[in-house]
Amino acid sequence: MTDTPLRRTPLYDAHVRAGARMVPFGGWEMPVQYTGIVEEHRIVRGAVGCFDVSHMGEFEVEGPAALAALQRLTTNDVAALDVGQVQYSLLCTPAGGIVDDLTVYRLAADRFMVTVNASNIAKDWSWVTGHGGGARWRNVSLETGLVAVQGPRAEALVGRLADPDVAALGYYRFARSVVAGVPALISRTGYTGEDGFELYLPWGETERAWTALLDAGRGDGVAPIGLGARDTLRLEMKYALYGNDIDETTSPLEAGLGWVVKPAKGEFIGRDAIEKVRAAGPRRKLVGLTMAGRAVARHGYRVLKDGRAVGVVTSGSYGPSVDRCIAMAYVEAGLAVVGTALDVEVRGQAKAAEVVRTPFHPPAVKKG
Amino acid sequence: MANVPKDLRYTREHEWAKLEGASVRVGITAYAQEQLGDVVFVELPKVGVKVTARQPFGVVESVKAVSDLFAPVTGQVAEVNGDLPNAPEVVNQDPYGRGWMIVVTPSGAGDWDQLLTAEQYEQFLAAGGH
Repeated sequence: MTDTPLRRTPLYDAHVRAGARMVPFGGWEMPVQYTGIVEEHRIVRGAVGCFDVSHMGEFEVEGPAALAALQRLTTNDVAALDVGQVQYSLLCTPAGGIVDDLTVYRLAADRFMVTVNASNIAKDWSWVTGHGGGARWRNVSLETGLVAVQGPRAEALVGRLADPDVAALGYYRFARSVVAGVPALISRTGYTGEDGFELYLPWGETERAWTALLDAGRGDGVAPIGLGARDTLRLEMKYALYGNDIDETTSPLEAGLGWVVKPAKGEFIGRDAIEKVRAAGPRRKLVGLTMAGRAVARHGYRVLKDGRAVGVVTSGSYGPSVDRCIAMAYVEAGLAVVGTALDVEVRGQAKAAEVVRTPFHPPAVKKG
Repeated sequence: MANVPKDLRYTREHEWAKLEGASVRVGITAYAQEQLGDVVFVELPKVGVKVTARQPFGVVESVKAVSDLFAPVTGQVAEVNGDLPNAPEVVNQDPYGRGWMIVVTPSGAGDWDQLLTAEQYEQFLAAGGH
């Protein structure tokens, strides 16, 4: 650990006033919970919650070379992206490990924004500027606030403060709009499995939009939601968390992210290595586990089969919506079959687990 | 400041101990459950098991963290709260009541005087609690 002071988002004071418990996360001082993780989780599944994710990084890239730079840097096919569309993608190393996972926004024919994980901003910035030559890159992370509004009432709430047209916005589409008087890029995306939006806002006006959302959503049962519930919500969807489930030692194909790797688009960093894994078949796969009992399988715990180590847990928690302990784990490919009985070593004891179909909880994201 | 009942004794690991005749009832403090957040699992010893003062006797898990439970006194487990496997949330709701964990029959008297009084535990919390 370094002694670098923790950064604060534009909503820091609002979180403290709301009684949030603040913790260090990826170099930022972030709210882990306001009233309780399980309660906040249920608010998002049942009504609507607002998340401060302003710590995430945003880079813009533009110019005639922008598309080619992104095609070389990312695994997904950026040429297939329309203006107004968002794409989930990966940055990979030449060895086929994952530098980061990100979303790519096509702002104009030759202008894009990418959103990256907070803990990777510095690493990604040097990666994209080092390998994405010819294009003009701009790090707008500290100019850009980001608020996620997620849950079945999100459309009603955002529609009330922005154009009612947001209801027509398709999944992984975005539009420029105004939220409570604040200019916003409204994206129909999220990290919870619920319908909802991510609102990119000017840093200095983020709190105005945040306050307006919480005020206007009172009748919807809105609440601010911390990173604790963000983690249990994404875990129930088996969405990967960088640093836990994926990193530079994991292949996209092991992580079940082959659907964002498009070798047919042409050359990109990591392509050859990933295609070698594809040809040989990944040796291990990221699976969903449910625990038979209530012990929590946590990051780093060993997965066993008849006493033999066959894998490792990458994320695990109690899943409030499934009311069971659930986990994600890399296991030998031959055991990555739904219904396989395994054990997780919890404090020296083998606890029964089973490979299950994922997501653990049915997603309710906007279709189309 | 978290609730610290005057009639209990405390450990620096945030367990409370209550003298009930010749037995000692044990649980975790209001401060401990607040710090842990939603408790989802409690692992306790069986009746008859010997526990040792200042040594772990079980585990409490919340959504975010796992934490050892430390015995306030040495002795034998006389009772275990059988409600906790199915309703671990009572540890959050009622840490000094229905959220109790075990009852110990102490094997000696010396440990009790080593425990913090309510005033000492409050001072300990005021100083940061660790």
